[in-house]
Amino acid sequence: MAMTFHVDIVSAEAEIFSGKANMLFAPAVMGELGIAPRHTPLLTRLKPGEVRVQLEGQDEQVFFVSGGMLEVQPHVVTVLADTAMRGKDLDEAHALRVKERAEKAMTDRKTDFDYAKAQIELAEAIAQLRTIQHMRDKTGGR
Amino acid sequence: MAGAKEIRTQIKSIQNTQKITKAMEMVAASKMRKAQDRMRATRPYAAKMRNVVHHMGKSHPEYRHPYLIERPVQRIGLIVISTDRGLCGGLNINLFKKVVAAMKEWHAQNLEIEIAIIGAKAVSYFNRLGGNVVSQASHLGDAPAVEELIGSVKVMLDSYDKGHIDRLHLASNEFVNTMTQAPGIEQLLPIVGDEDDANLKHHWDYLYEPDAKEVMDDLLMRYIESLVYQGQVENIACEMAARMVAMKAASDNAGTMIDELALAYNKARQAAITQELSEIVSGAAAV
Repeated sequence: MAMTFHVDIVSAEAEIFSGKANMLFAPAVMGELGIAPRHTPLLTRLKPGEVRVQLEGQDEQVFFVSGGMLEVQPHVVTVLADTAMRGKDLDEAHALRVKERAEKAMTDRKTDFDYAKAQIELAEAIAQLRTIQHMRDKTGGR
Repeated sequence: MAGAKEIRTQIKSIQNTQKITKAMEMVAASKMRKAQDRMRATRPYAAKMRNVVHHMGKSHPEYRHPYLIERPVQRIGLIVISTDRGLCGGLNINLFKKVVAAMKEWHAQNLEIEIAIIGAKAVSYFNRLGGNVVSQASHLGDAPAVEELIGSVKVMLDSYDKGHIDRLHLASNEFVNTMTQAPGIEQLLPIVGDEDDANLKHHWDYLYEPDAKEVMDDLLMRYIESLVYQGQVENIACEMAARMVAMKAASDNAGTMIDELALAYNKARQAAITQELSEIVSGAAAV
C-alpha cells in the first residue's frame, strides 16, 4: 500500500480541502516543490499558482492559490492559502483576481495615480482602435 | 370621540413600526446564520496558524522575532472593531465602555494610545470623544474580505516595527451565544504564547525557504491579520445576534403597547356611546 499523508488547505476565509494524499506539488518562492510522505519539516512561502494534490486513488485535484504559506511535517502538510479556489473554477478565480486588483486600484489611495494613468492608456487604446477601424472602412476592408 | 380618533392613529403608527422591527428581526436572524457559518469557516485557518507559530516559537530559539519579544511599554496600539450600523442593542456601547475604561487605566500609567478603527459606529464615537486615531476603515459589508482589513492592520504593524508602539491590543465582541456577546480586549503583540515546557523535549526545526527571518515575518504578519479578520467576522455575527434580540424586544414592546392602546380606545369608544345614549334619553325625558 502506498504511503499517504494528510493535507489541509485553508484560507483565512474558509477551509478548502482536507484529506489524504500520496503526493503534493506546490509553487514555492524558490521553485516548484513536490512533497512526498515523510518529507523533512519545511516552511516556505508560496507564489501565485496551482497546488496539485495527488489523492489516494490516483485522482488529482488542483487548487489555485494567490500566494500563502506551506508548512510541511512528515505526515501532515498544511497550505495556508491567501485566496484559494477549486481548480475547476479557475476561470472564475482569474476573473476574481482581476476584479480584486481593480478594486485594490480603486480603493488604494496610493494607486490613485496608477488608476488615472490606466484610464488615460485605455482612452488612448480606444482612440487607436477607432482610427484603425476608420481607416479600414475607408479602404473598403482591404 | 376626539380621544378615540387620536388613539386610533397612534395604534396605526405603532403597527407600522412593529412591521419594520419584525422585518428587521427576520433579516438579522437569517444574516446571523450566515455570519456564524463564516465565523466557523475562519477558525481552521487561525488554529493551523497558531499551531505553526507555536512550533516555530519553540523550535527556533536562536532567532527571536520582534513580535515575540516583550519590551518596555510607552505607547500602546489599539484596534477597535465596531459595527457599521446601529439598532443592535448595547453591543457597541458596551464595547466602548470597556475600551474607555482600559484607556483611562493606560492614561493613569502615563501610556500614550494610538487607535485604529474598524466600523462606522466607532468612527463617529471616537471622533466625538477625541483620542489619537491613526486609521479608519468602515463599510466593509457583511462578508468582509481579508484584503480590506490588511490596511488597518498594516498601519499598526508598521508602527510596531518602527518602535512607535510597544504593544498592540484588539477590542471586539466575542460571540458567546445568540443571547450573549462579551466585549473584550486581547493582546495581539507581542504574541503571548502559553509556555508549556513539557513539549520542548523533542527538538526539531523546519527547513526555511528562503530564510527563517523572511518566512517568519510573513507568517506572523498573516497570523495577526487572521486574528483581526476573525475578530471582524465574529463581531458581525455578534451584531446580527444583538440586532435580532433587540428587534424582537422592540416588536414585543410594540405588541404590548398596541394592546394597551386598544383597551383605551375601546373604553373611549364605549364612553362616547354611553354619553350619547344618556343625552338622547335625557332629551326625550325633557320633551
